[in-house]
Amino acid sequence: MPPFLSVRNLSLVYPDNNGGLRALDDLSFEIRPREFVCFLGPSGSGKTTFLRLLAGILSPSAGEVNFADSRQPKVGMVFQQANLMPWRNVLQNVILPLELEGADKNEARVKAREMIELVGLKGFEDSLPRDLSGGMAQRVGIARALVHDPDLLLLDEPFASLDALTRERMWTELSNIWQAQQKTVVMVTHSINESLFLADRVLVLTQRPGRIKLDLNVDLPRPRNDDVRYTSHFGKLAKELRGAIE
Amino acid sequence: MNPKTLRSLSRGLSLASLLLAIPLWALIVRLSGLPKFILPSPADVWTRFLVALQDGSLLRHTAFTLTEILLGLFVGVCFSTVVGYALAKSRALETVFAPYLIASQAIPVVAIAPLLVIWLGNGILSKVIICSLIVFFPVLVNTIIGVRAVSQSLYDLMNSLRASRWQILFKLELPASLPVLLGGLRIGATLSVIGAIIGELVGAQRGLGFLLQLGNFQYDTSMVFVAVFMLIALALSLYGAVALLEKIFIKT
Repeated sequence: MPPFLSVRNLSLVYPDNNGGLRALDDLSFEIRPREFVCFLGPSGSGKTTFLRLLAGILSPSAGEVNFADSRQPKVGMVFQQANLMPWRNVLQNVILPLELEGADKNEARVKAREMIELVGLKGFEDSLPRDLSGGMAQRVGIARALVHDPDLLLLDEPFASLDALTRERMWTELSNIWQAQQKTVVMVTHSINESLFLADRVLVLTQRPGRIKLDLNVDLPRPRNDDVRYTSHFGKLAKELRGAIE
Repeated sequence: MNPKTLRSLSRGLSLASLLLAIPLWALIVRLSGLPKFILPSPADVWTRFLVALQDGSLLRHTAFTLTEILLGLFVGVCFSTVVGYALAKSRALETVFAPYLIASQAIPVVAIAPLLVIWLGNGILSKVIICSLIVFFPVLVNTIIGVRAVSQSLYDLMNSLRASRWQILFKLELPASLPVLLGGLRIGATLSVIGAIIGELVGAQRGLGFLLQLGNFQYDTSMVFVAVFMLIALALSLYGAVALLEKIFIKT
């Protein structure tokens, strides 16, 4: 199978007074279709920058990002904070990507309601973001990222702002959603547990400038539930990842 | 007490304090024995109001002033939001134009109003321009603040969804900065009343400012009071209209 995405010698330098800040340095890797890939790295390893590159918001300073049919794919993005529009209610927030595509209004509504139900927020369609808890708001963000049926889902530490219990519940939910939707997913995180629980593959980035230190295949059986985190194999993989992070 | 009754109670109190001012005013007139052309009594003002209302002059002049205000407000707001948006998006433009903008604020509009009347005549045009000049700056500043405050991650969202410039303007920048924009409009609306009156006082044949000056020249002090109260009513209605817009458009 040809790779969904191939990245070759990707570098990114932010201009500053000091000859430029090197955020990413010579990254090369491939991602298969429908693969769930996690980028794991300490803060300041250019993780968010990297997602912005994949999303086409930023252009690389050197190297290239190529997609399978050599066009920029449809992207769904989930941010660190839910990043909702405070003046729109839940339904209107979720419908946004379809609205921008100019989709039929009624169909868009139906699709958005389905997504809201999928993330477990049925009945909250008319609520405003300020009335939602952090976990609920993040679910709206996930529904919004999926509603237009994107080819590529980008997750930028989506659960970092949630409390530990909500976060673990969201892992299971995201895992289920991914199993149902079968999207190619690229997620960045600094949580070893999170990456192992969710991903097929974990790539460890070094401190800035970010380089790939380790490419680990996560051969834990799916569907995964909480128990998987207490198996010895999980522990072994976690240890290997921990060792690779500086 | 629940908040609703508390609110209506406090509203009732404000109204009562306003109404109390009228007998107090009447009392002062009676006790001081000041002549009518210095301080007319509430009854005098009311009678003058009814006369002016009946001969149609009051409404005619009010309508004229209101037209100036609305046109001036419209021109000023349109111009300043467009300029404000451009300045908010471009540091270079801001650097070039900032000195002019600040200098323009250092010149009191009252001082250049006579010039504008000389250049543009004493018709409606000079008043509309004075109005829009006085409205320009507060709305401009609020536009810049509002547009700059739009969150970077919402821009990222729109860009990741390949939103066009227009979509970003209408679905992100405009609604996101609307509260601040309407705040500017609220200040602008009250200022525009001042602008129109300045213009009319400098030179006009119509409008409440003209009426005010006429009353002044003829020692028809009751007429001056009527004109002043009409101006207050105009300013309050405009303010209320903007508050209503805020209520309709801002849900957060």
